Amino acid sequence: MSLSNIFTISGSAMSAQTVRLNTIASNMANVDSAASSADQTYRARKPVFSQMMNDSMREYGWNGANLDESGAGVGVKIDGIVESDAPLQPRYEPDHPMANQEGYVFYPNVNPMEEMADMMSASRSFQTNVEIMNSAKSMMQKMLTLGQS
Amino acid sequence: MAISFASAFAGHDKTLEFRSARAAVLANNIANADTPNFKARDISFDSYLKNETSRFSLARTNARHISSEGQSGESDGLLYRNASQPSLDGNTVDMQREQAEYAQNSLQFDTSFMFLDRKISGMKKALTGN
Repeated sequence: MSLSNIFTISGSAMSAQTVRLNTIASNMANVDSAASSADQTYRARKPVFSQMMNDSMREYGWNGANLDESGAGVGVKIDGIVESDAPLQPRYEPDHPMANQEGYVFYPNVNPMEEMADMMSASRSFQTNVEIMNSAKSMMQKMLTLGQS
Repeated sequence: MAISFASAFAGHDKTLEFRSARAAVLANNIANADTPNFKARDISFDSYLKNETSRFSLARTNARHISSEGQSGESDGLLYRNASQPSLDGNTVDMQREQAEYAQNSLQFDTSFMFLDRKISGMKKALTGN
């Protein structure tokens, strides 16, 4: 029965969007974390989404009944979290306690505008998947009442 | 006269199966709306029905026999959707379209369900004579 697959699919999407929201929260929290060298500076983090396929899941030993035979995907997974390569922001602040010999302080490459837009996108996607799950739930509940009237 | 379930249900039981399979495919499209290089998919009713009726499998009497599953070409009539507009990351999911299709699909599910339910209550009525 593929209706129960929807719970797996939407659930995986919801957890992926939650990870995305977590990275955004982390980026926004560290937007002003100054450091005295480029290596120690916080860099913006982004999750990399990839589709979860039956074949790849079988490779990892998943062969559960909830997998669709049709070769359709079974949701989304987080492949990993990458750090942004965007240039850091060195600022000349000689009075800052973290300033290096030349008087520079390094600020993270977090772009608050980009993060806010990303947050909107992530929370909307989350909501959509909740709706999908709800409607699949009502379809399933309806199935249980077949022939009762 | 014997009641034949196949003719009494008039294909609505198959339709329900198709609708729930399609709901899963559309839900997967929506779940992967942010996945790079994901290609949106859909099932057509024609190919699904054709696949259902032509499905056969060979008996496996030995563990070393090759499974005949998936030998019938297109797996369950899953097709790729034509992208309405290109996106930079290679994703072809159009969120609005998927949501509309999903809503329509669940309404069609409800319709088939209603037909099936009425058929069953009609048969019950015929059996009990009330």
